[in-house]
Amino acid sequence: MKTFEYERATDVASAVATLDRTPNAKPLGGGTNLVDLMKLGVERPDLLVDVSRVDFGGVDELPDGGLRIGAGVRNSDLAAHPLVRTRYPALTRALVSAASGQLRNQATTGGNLLQRTRCTYFMDTTKPCNKREPGTGCGAVAGLSRELGILGVNDLCIATHPGDMAVALAALDAIVVFETVDGEQRLPIDEFFREPGDDPTRDTNLPSGALITAVELPSLPVATNSTYRKARDRRSYAFALGSVAAALSVDEAGLVTDVRIALGAASPVPWRARKAEEALVGSPATPASFAAAAQLELAAATTTEQNAFKVPLLTRLVVGVLSELAGLDHEGDDPADPADPADPAEDADPSPFRPTGANGSPRRVAADVDPGAATGPEGSAS
Amino acid sequence: MVSQVSAETSPPSAGANPPGVPTTTITLDVNGSPHRLEVDNRTSLLDALRERLDLTGSKKGCDHGQCGACTVLVDGRRTNSCLVLAVSAEGSDVTTVEGLADGDALHPVQQAFLDRDAYQCGYCTPGQICSTVGMLEEARAGMPSHVTTDITNGEIDLDDEEVRERLSGNLCRCGAYVNIVPAVHDAACAHDADATEGATR
Repeated sequence: MKTFEYERATDVASAVATLDRTPNAKPLGGGTNLVDLMKLGVERPDLLVDVSRVDFGGVDELPDGGLRIGAGVRNSDLAAHPLVRTRYPALTRALVSAASGQLRNQATTGGNLLQRTRCTYFMDTTKPCNKREPGTGCGAVAGLSRELGILGVNDLCIATHPGDMAVALAALDAIVVFETVDGEQRLPIDEFFREPGDDPTRDTNLPSGALITAVELPSLPVATNSTYRKARDRRSYAFALGSVAAALSVDEAGLVTDVRIALGAASPVPWRARKAEEALVGSPATPASFAAAAQLELAAATTTEQNAFKVPLLTRLVVGVLSELAGLDHEGDDPADPADPADPAEDADPSPFRPTGANGSPRRVAADVDPGAATGPEGSAS
Repeated sequence: MVSQVSAETSPPSAGANPPGVPTTTITLDVNGSPHRLEVDNRTSLLDALRERLDLTGSKKGCDHGQCGACTVLVDGRRTNSCLVLAVSAEGSDVTTVEGLADGDALHPVQQAFLDRDAYQCGYCTPGQICSTVGMLEEARAGMPSHVTTDITNGEIDLDDEEVRERLSGNLCRCGAYVNIVPAVHDAACAHDADATEGATR
């Protein structure tokens, strides 16, 4: 690990002043991703400004009925907060699907938003990676791409945002609040995360030297009927191969009146599926229309041979989640693509054991994948 | 305000660190005792515990937060000590597996692991035990997990599925899970009995 200076900040103003005047300084929250990347030589800050003792506030109700979540609130505490569990269950579901109990105790709300991709090439300093080392090329496009992105990607970078929390926040119209030397600023979560464009090194539009201080959730009645579902290689403690956060309301005639959908492990950003949402409002809440909406959203997907399975996987996740939220029994009903062999390991499946390809049984997730491409345990959540 | 503690302002190194390497003098509160030491800023809490304080119960498995062998309690919450910088742990109460027993009386979780033979090689065991201690508190506080069916009521039925999910951050390469799960149930019962006794005393 490269050497670095360490300062412990006691308040936001002094932390921001230090971050602003020090090139290559980074704030340290829970450290579960940053410290790990420093060990790997991927992150090489000259100064860590430890903000883990700064009081950013807890989880508080806003006058309009929304919530303000302090940047230092730990993932486990956020997941367990009564107002989150009852008003924004998708957020609790996303948080508890992430990482391990230990990591959720460490990981902070602000730090979780800034976690980096787990792309193998980004994490390995001996490999080419435009995100880590601009101009070196992308090893993943023609390499190990099974876990990587299919929406909002380009030839320079197909990394995914690896998190779960931010996918729920994207569906819930969260606002990211941050402090700079010029004062407090805010970005809707859609504008906070950025696609690689011609500069894959930047994951977000957070200005240099800024410090995230809070995340705000608007009052959102539809969110009381929301959830999060994650497909992954193991039942626990693994990054998503695809995930969906969604909220749904349906009127007495069975028509969709309001819907929010965000896709995870699909893109460098938590992918808000606005095309699917627009198509669904006013449509019948049926698996067929859910599938059609998902397919409309995923029509823009650019896939590799290894990650093409994500299109049917995400389609089925959308159908499954929306059907659950609509109170439909969708099991056994697969309007997405009945001929497709990929069968997502949705968490609704009660069996902890899954047949693998080794004994000739069909694999539950992504048949015909290179076993060498499997991810390691989901360390480092924030 | 920011208190700057770096190579420039730290006392001279005792010689353990090469010149030019930023160090910080910290006080770590471990198992109820303060320990003052100068550390290279890069030192993880795990390395400080093992290499500087000779508390070698906490184990280094992966050193990347993936295996859970390094799990300790920081301010009562289970934490991967390999991903915590020692400098960042100053001001927190750290409890390692060495600090769980009350004199010669083992902690109920330790006793349950012994009674159930919940290990083979034992390398992951200190992490499993510290993780279980933290996990039982989380479950008692009503914190939901991925397999909790109803997340709205704050009541946790700690069945096998819950135990396995909540301890998924602790890997056992020997595969001793079949005995770890019953050990955790035993410890949960002992813990509940203690809590009831405490409440009625």
